[in-house]
Amino acid sequence: MSAMPVAHVDPFARPGLLTPDGAEPIVRLTAIEKFFGSNHVLRGCNLEVYPKETICLIGRSGSGKSTLLRCTNFLEEPTVGVVEVGGMRLEADPLRSRSRDHREQIRQIRMSAQMVFQEFNLFPHMTVIGNLIEAPIRVRGLKKDEAVAIAEKHLERVGLSEKRDAYPARLSGGQKQRVAIARALTMEPKVLLFDEPTSALDPTLVGEVVTVMEELAHTGSTMIVVTHEMAFAREAADRVYFIEEGQFIEAGPPEKVLDDPQDPRTQSFLSRLQNRI
Amino acid sequence: MTANATLAAPDVEPPILERIRASQRAARSSFRLKFIITWALILGALGAAIVATGNANPEFSITWAPYILAGAGLTILISVVSIFLATCLAIIGALGRLSSNGFINGAASLYVSLVRGTPLLVQIYFVFFALPQMGIVLDPIPAGIVALSFNYGAYMTEIFRAGIQAVPRGQREAAEALGMPERQVMRRIVLPQAVRIVVPAIGNDFVSMIKDSSLVSVVGLQEMLWRASTVGRSNSQLIQALLIAALVYWALTIFFSFFQAKLEQRLAQGDVRI
Repeated sequence: MSAMPVAHVDPFARPGLLTPDGAEPIVRLTAIEKFFGSNHVLRGCNLEVYPKETICLIGRSGSGKSTLLRCTNFLEEPTVGVVEVGGMRLEADPLRSRSRDHREQIRQIRMSAQMVFQEFNLFPHMTVIGNLIEAPIRVRGLKKDEAVAIAEKHLERVGLSEKRDAYPARLSGGQKQRVAIARALTMEPKVLLFDEPTSALDPTLVGEVVTVMEELAHTGSTMIVVTHEMAFAREAADRVYFIEEGQFIEAGPPEKVLDDPQDPRTQSFLSRLQNRI
Repeated sequence: MTANATLAAPDVEPPILERIRASQRAARSSFRLKFIITWALILGALGAAIVATGNANPEFSITWAPYILAGAGLTILISVVSIFLATCLAIIGALGRLSSNGFINGAASLYVSLVRGTPLLVQIYFVFFALPQMGIVLDPIPAGIVALSFNYGAYMTEIFRAGIQAVPRGQREAAEALGMPERQVMRRIVLPQAVRIVVPAIGNDFVSMIKDSSLVSVVGLQEMLWRASTVGRSNSQLIQALLIAALVYWALTIFFSFFQAKLEQRLAQGDVRI
């Protein structure tokens, strides 16, 4: 670590609030651009996330917020830009995306940045505990009993110990998503990526998932959350980023961005969101 | 209060419901009766035609039915071994057909195209009569198994390819996001789910394999059809001999279809789609 003052690529980032000065960000995205064919989805996004921060990305569908999240763990290869996660730095290189060492570096990043999906994506042919120990054993190389111990710890954390041996099909949507969160936690990642974790849920089940996420946010997890749950953003986020047409329009603490938006585009988005309810 | 009273369900069931049920019962039993009569009539007519043309010979049947039936063991053996080998070939073939490597994909696609584009009988002849000219001599049983496995492997390749593609994309993404390498994603996450998807189709193929295995009688394998035609011809009782073989094939397919249905039910319970 250098003694030089950190040069911030993200003008909205405010390190030092919760973390010591000079701390390195867990996630730093620099000038991320993404094209799908000729469709310019991300137009130069810069984002820095410091340890223990919770960041919310908001915006209408198609604005690029999920794509940015998926670029962070290379489920989408950025067309241009630099992704740094937990000290691992990887430049976007779509031409080299099939080479072996590039894929290995991507895998390292994915291990540090675990993702929770909108559609849960639990493995239906494995029990809950099977879902939770699969990657710790096969990816982290843990012994089975170590993996089971870790899995049980996180299953208890999301309040589903009694579902240990159930198959995912027997769980409600909210329970599935809590298992998916526990599965991500068993990899002991440096940052959690949530891709609209409550959007596929019955409205009555959103609460239990949000409660787990808030608990994670308050106990020092580093999180990037793409969401439409403004209540969660207000309660748990350190910063909210409003994204439109692949660019950050406005960012800051939730009370500023959500209650006193400056940009007309942010205002219009938030008023529509309120009218929906 | 009054609104509640009118909305409340009546305690007494309206008589029309019982009449609807009675009429549905009547329709069902009438359907069943017609169904059974049709089977009895057609099968009875066939039997009568055989008797009327002087082709019924109980003595022949009693003498030779056990001999023909004894070929069923070989039929089942060939079918079981071949379906197993064909499944292995099909998994490899499907991975090849989905490979982005031009060589591998090319080889797998050629295999599927060539085998599906030529008759099974030609392939059996090729393995048994043509390969020996190239110095590869196989006994009849291995030759039959090779030809059947190769043929069914190609059809099942396409089944497996479709099965792999039917596994939701999110499954692969979730496994990749956990950090699993490509090979593990396929082996631990995608293939087990693809197999569940294709089990019904494999069951169907197994049942048709039991019937198609009769084709290897042409290379002198003493399975059911070979036995039936041999004793039938030498005794001039082909109709009866072939009928016996046909009935056994029929019984076998019904038997295995039943187990296939059971297996599907069990898979449907244990698994468990999201």
